[in-house]
Amino acid sequence: MLHIYCPHCEEYREEEEFRPKGEAHIARPQNPEETSDEEWGDYLFFRKNPRGAHHEQWYHAAGCRKFFNVTRDTVSYEILETYKVGELPTIDDTSRRAAK
Amino acid sequence: MSEFATIDLVPTEPVKAESPLAMCRVDVITEPKAQSAGVVVREHAFLGHLVLRGNAGDAGFVNGVEQALGVPLPLKMGPLSVDEARGVSLQWISPDEWLIIVPGGEAFAAEQRLRETLGGHFAVMNVSGGQTVLELSGPAVPEMLMKCTPYDVHPNHFPVGKGVSTTFAKTTAIIRRLDEDRWALVIRRSFADYLYRWLLDASEEFGVHVAR
Repeated sequence: MLHIYCPHCEEYREEEEFRPKGEAHIARPQNPEETSDEEWGDYLFFRKNPRGAHHEQWYHAAGCRKFFNVTRDTVSYEILETYKVGELPTIDDTSRRAAK
Repeated sequence: MSEFATIDLVPTEPVKAESPLAMCRVDVITEPKAQSAGVVVREHAFLGHLVLRGNAGDAGFVNGVEQALGVPLPLKMGPLSVDEARGVSLQWISPDEWLIIVPGGEAFAAEQRLRETLGGHFAVMNVSGGQTVLELSGPAVPEMLMKCTPYDVHPNHFPVGKGVSTTFAKTTAIIRRLDEDRWALVIRRSFADYLYRWLLDASEEFGVHVAR
């Protein structure tokens, strides 16, 4: 079971309290009317599914009922950091390789 | 004062009020006396529950709530603001949401006071009918809670005066620690019957007494 730090509750909680909500930082196209079908399809349906660090949204369903972001290693399931919506991640695959 | 039509949800004519547990029938063997029981369950029905939403970064809002309710607004998860003498408690639920519990029949007055004091962007909802409070006391309560929730209820991690919202018996509940050996659960009406049965079943091995 994952032990997840909720940045709003400022405490580690059990995975049972949370719901994963998919990839984070997906920007909606600024002008939907002028966006091609392919770009709109990418925005709606296509996700990165990387091997390694992945930025995703989680929802603290049983606690504060707020969304926040998690950087998780999709190979080891290790949670590298959690941060509030609107903030930017400090860890990605490039920074992890540099730290090694 | 915000320009809202407000209504006192408790009618003036005497009508029969029923707690969410009124229809609950349980066949757990209970202890006849509280002294011999490991867990004592007591329902505090018909308290006034209000959900308050607002901006914690707004000093006017934070001060206004304290002025209206007489207890400070908690700004982080955990410590409750309690006035035991008046039976008022205020709990942080999320960064912009709080649960206010006042004695039965005082919810409407508290709501009116908040509406008079606060300005700007906020919301107060009376959810008294939607939830109820179960008080748990006795030496075996922490052990019983460990069977029900993944949250750490060890005294080092759960000091007196703390309140958390967490998963409890496959649903959610608010767990509070009132003092050294008294705990409280705030549970939803729709889950009250299920949780009450679960609690008595979980407490049976320690000896359970239901106080009226």
